[in-house]
Amino acid sequence: MDTIYKKIADIVGSNYVSNAAEELYIYSRDQGVQPARLPDYVVMPNSTEEVQKIVALANKEKIPIVPMGGALVLSGLTIPQRGGIVLDMKRMNRILEVNEKSHYAVVEAGTSQGMLQAYLKKHHPKLKHSVPDAPPVATIGGNIAIHGSGHLSQSEGGFHTEMVTGLEVVLASGEAVKLGSCSTVPKWFSRAPIPDLAGLFMGWNGTTGVITKIGLKLFPSPKLKDVMMFMTEDVDSITDILFRIIDTEMAEDIAFFVSPKPAYFEGYQLIMISVVANSEKEMKLRLELIRESVREYIDSKEAGFLPLPPYMKVKLVGAPQKNLSEFADVMKGGGFEYVGAIMPVESIPEAYRAGLEITSKHDITYSMGARIVGRGSCVMFYYAYPFNRADSKNIETVAKALEETNEKALEIGGIPWKTEISGQQLILERMEPGTYKMMTEIRKLLDPNGIMNPGNWEVQS
Amino acid sequence: MKQEYADIIHRCFRCGWCKLPTNYQDFNCPAYLKYRFETFSSGGRMWLLRAWLNGDITTSERLQQIFFSCVTCKNCVEACALPHIKDKLVDIFIAAREDLVEKSAVPPPVRDYLKAMSISGNPYKKPQAERGTWAEGLDIPKYTDQEYLFFVGDVGSYDEVGMKMARSVATLLSDTGVSFGILGEDETSDGNDVKALGEAGLYEHLAKQNIGILNERGVKKIITLSPHGYNAIKNEYPEAGGNFEVYHYTQVLGLMMNDTMPKGTLNAKVTFHDPCYLGRWNDEYWAPRFALGSIPGIELAEMDRNMKNALCCGGGGGNFFTDILGTGKDSAAQVRVSEAVETGAEILAVACPLCYKMLDDAVKAEDLGEKIRVMDVAEIVNESRK
Ligand SMILES: Cc1cc2nc3c(=O)[nH]c(=O)nc-3n(C[C@H](O)[C@H](O)[C@H](O)COP(=O)(O)OP(=O)(O)OC[C@H]3O[C@@H](n4cnc5c(N)ncnc54)[C@H](O)[C@@H]3O)c2cc1C
Repeated sequence: MDTIYKKIADIVGSNYVSNAAEELYIYSRDQGVQPARLPDYVVMPNSTEEVQKIVALANKEKIPIVPMGGALVLSGLTIPQRGGIVLDMKRMNRILEVNEKSHYAVVEAGTSQGMLQAYLKKHHPKLKHSVPDAPPVATIGGNIAIHGSGHLSQSEGGFHTEMVTGLEVVLASGEAVKLGSCSTVPKWFSRAPIPDLAGLFMGWNGTTGVITKIGLKLFPSPKLKDVMMFMTEDVDSITDILFRIIDTEMAEDIAFFVSPKPAYFEGYQLIMISVVANSEKEMKLRLELIRESVREYIDSKEAGFLPLPPYMKVKLVGAPQKNLSEFADVMKGGGFEYVGAIMPVESIPEAYRAGLEITSKHDITYSMGARIVGRGSCVMFYYAYPFNRADSKNIETVAKALEETNEKALEIGGIPWKTEISGQQLILERMEPGTYKMMTEIRKLLDPNGIMNPGNWEVQS
Repeated sequence: MKQEYADIIHRCFRCGWCKLPTNYQDFNCPAYLKYRFETFSSGGRMWLLRAWLNGDITTSERLQQIFFSCVTCKNCVEACALPHIKDKLVDIFIAAREDLVEKSAVPPPVRDYLKAMSISGNPYKKPQAERGTWAEGLDIPKYTDQEYLFFVGDVGSYDEVGMKMARSVATLLSDTGVSFGILGEDETSDGNDVKALGEAGLYEHLAKQNIGILNERGVKKIITLSPHGYNAIKNEYPEAGGNFEVYHYTQVLGLMMNDTMPKGTLNAKVTFHDPCYLGRWNDEYWAPRFALGSIPGIELAEMDRNMKNALCCGGGGGNFFTDILGTGKDSAAQVRVSEAVETGAEILAVACPLCYKMLDDAVKAEDLGEKIRVMDVAEIVNESRK
């Protein structure tokens, strides 16, 4: 028998390692348009100790290792570019602590967004965490590893990585280290005031270590929810409208979107505003203040609020939004991938026009939009292109459109987020040489054998 | 593979909604819960099926294990995000099994089960003459012209736990004054799980045999013990020429005869486990709860995963007989009984003989016998009368 296989089986148990063709097939690809690459093994650890042993073995044998959560990133970041081990983290899904008094939770990295959400709803209904619109099996660890954002990113401080209060990570050497307050005292309340080493693992796509535990900020969960939909035809007024609403500080989530379907929406810019409150009185006040903030637009008849039927409100107040996954069926083809570019709010009109140009050039359909992050410090502008998995030509076209979109986003002054290997190249080409040098040196230090998700965040020769 | 299915397999996005219940509490797909590889989720299965049909992977033993580990519980159907494919998911998995059966590429326990079904007519390889022994001493008439036929099925006829359940239900129906008879040794397997395991030909044979006898005896209304039989007779038999008015026994007790059902008092906290073939397959969630709720003293406590979100006991889709999923901490039945204990209930109520046995065994495996016992709805009503 393959000795590596046997060694891995000795660590995790033979039920949790596979090199069968079926597992290798599924773990060689994701839902997007990036090409498949086979791993050699799929491994599912159950504890930090098991992760340490697997990583130490991989390091000794110089086997690449790719951490994987929900594998929902869509841009191929869990596809093992150089083979090796795909480390499926979803067995490590214990919720270790919820500190109600200090508003934080400590979870294992493979905990799904959905499970944490359900757990808080049941055991700590006054608290919630920020949820991405990814399917609920996406993991907390995977989302942190790529600087994800979610339904509290507008109101509660920004990217999900900014909500992290501490990490436990396993380094390529097999060592496990704690980062943040948990490194010094037995509580996970903050990354300050000590040097912030957690940043060495967030946004790195698993290239610096395996995140095994996460401390996460929790936020109040008011009982009442409502949603408003503002509509305009003038994309150039979007920035002003958004800031008027943001500056009221009355909204939870704020997202701008456009879609050519249904046809009667084409050409309209929509802004969805989620509002939460503890009482009817508070809700009324919040809605009123938001309405007031855009009164000038309403009075000039340039824009206005769309009345929403209750059934639609029910759909829209939920997090995550299930209908985003439904987008995969637009082409009756089970696929979509998106460029999510982080950019300033003021870039929205330009970003939107660029999207129209690219989609019309390639004759593809789209959904575009932007979620406000950090009270308007930036947005995550997405260009989502559906494709038909059974049509290789269509896949090629969409892949091309995505590449062009990445370039365009950079041209506009944004930066593609969780981007494909090719998108990473575009970023690295533009990055200050000193910054890239520092990234490379840090990686060499942390991972001298280059086993951690190789191919990512490195200039391709 | 039917063209209708082949045409939509590529439309699965493999987004993973299918792994969870709609309240996201925990993995709710028994095969995925047990194995944890993406391949064992419904999305994984869809993608593998496409790869297999395209010739990208071969008909390996692993592939067979992956396909035959599905318990057809329909959690994926409930949770899937894609409205245009969700309803077809389990049908597609069954169609894939049909293709595998046709190629004789099935795991040994599936082969053994199907062999026993075709030779003995039951999975226990017991004589047909023993089909009615469960009723011995109960004074239940053979069906002649009574209002209802009580259809017992394989597990109720031959399995110890199933027989106990059949006796409870028959006793309660008699005491409620329901006019019914049984077929005894003339009953044939309903074929529900044979169909779920992909042996369409054998299923058809069994269905036709049953339909022939039922029509010959002039049966119009049927009460079934098992939700599996209920499903086959209600939803599948009409296509094979069998048109009957079918009820699951809890519908008779809970909805039709709740007032006349003799009951006493039982001071107990009870939690009800929804059988997939009654709940998600047939949308019946309330009848068993009405029956239980009508007993004075009973406090009904719900598990977090209930009704459309119920975690299957792991015995559906033929797995009760083939045991491809096996036991262990991550087996659906063992997870389920722990969830039942969390409600504080001392009785875990069931309405399916397969669930009864799966969960009863799981209580033993988890050493929870001190905390909770498994009882079927009729048994609970009977207990209240003691
Ligand atoms: C319909 C849809 C909507 C989406 N909406 C959003 C949204 O609103 N906000 C958002 O942020 N994202 C969104 N996404 C993108 C993505 O699904 C999420 O960001 C998701 O949280 C990623 O987590 P994952 O567990 O699937 O990560 P994976 O895809 O498994 O991994 C992502 C990256 O992280 C690395 N990684 C995974 N786990 C670890 C670990 N434990 N240690 C180190 N590295 C690790 C992987 O190697 C990979 O590079 C959406 C996706 C879809 C399909």
